[in-house]
Amino acid sequence: MKTIKYLIVGIIFGIILTKAEVISWFRIYEMFKFQSFHMYGIIGSAVVLGVIMFFFFKKGTIKDYKGKLIELEPKKKGFARTLIGGTIFGLGWGLIGACPGPMFILLGRGAWSIIVVIIGGLLGAMLYHAIKQKLPH
Amino acid sequence: MDFLMEPWPWYVGGPLIALVLFLMHFFGKKFGVSSNLETICAIGGAGKLVDFFNFDWRKSGWNLMFIVGSLIGGFIAFKFMSPSEAVALNPQTVQDLAEIGFQNAGSKFLPDEIFSIETMMSVKGMAILLLSGILVGFGARYAGGCTSGHAISGLSNLELPSLIAVIGFFIGGLIMTWLLIPLIF
Repeated sequence: MKTIKYLIVGIIFGIILTKAEVISWFRIYEMFKFQSFHMYGIIGSAVVLGVIMFFFFKKGTIKDYKGKLIELEPKKKGFARTLIGGTIFGLGWGLIGACPGPMFILLGRGAWSIIVVIIGGLLGAMLYHAIKQKLPH
Repeated sequence: MDFLMEPWPWYVGGPLIALVLFLMHFFGKKFGVSSNLETICAIGGAGKLVDFFNFDWRKSGWNLMFIVGSLIGGFIAFKFMSPSEAVALNPQTVQDLAEIGFQNAGSKFLPDEIFSIETMMSVKGMAILLLSGILVGFGARYAGGCTSGHAISGLSNLELPSLIAVIGFFIGGLIMTWLLIPLIF
């Protein structure tokens, strides 16, 4: 099972996001109310370390487990898609306080109503691909 | 052992998320959760309705393993590492929420006013859960990523599209939190 390592990294991820309370609806609400540094500190420190890490990936100082150069896939370009798509995402994130990762972590702790949110997420992804030709990108 | 039982501050959580980002790249992949929504659609046969979903989802098996793992991690942390469900919120947040009808904010991870089974069984409660899920799924795939792919990975790679996406996340989140949530609840 070559993919077992991703399962283990996922387990670590689920524990981290639970223990750091990132999966709490209240923490997301508090963040958008600018009433706590907690979420900004989490995302900010992860990004600062990420920038340093990616610098060493690009330089080739840090290679992957097979000794190969780590290639970073560029994001899809487009002002409209990222701004409009991002805003739609933010409306959902602000309301339900969970982005896709936390949805699955919350399911793991038995928050059964999150199943409806996940079904919504699947429908939303389907809807996007059904109508994407008509959308500005 | 105390440390494992206490809630983790931001300066522990953030660097550990960076560790997850590192491990995914070290193991030859990337860190991005929302593309799993497409993979699950493909497994569920969405290709019959929308041609896009006729891709070979087996190639995304590693990412599915990641979310299955995160589900297990959520279970482990809840069962064995969470003696208390309380979230230490800013008292102002608790008061603001009380004013719009959220009782005992922060006494649990999730508000009953959105997530309890009773709320889910009501038409309004069900609509909120389903609609917010649709917004998250649609928006993430339209934008080409979610918090993990854009806010963490994309910003780490100094990607302009990710910066625009994150600005969008905040425009949407602020509109929802400041304008719409007081109307909805």
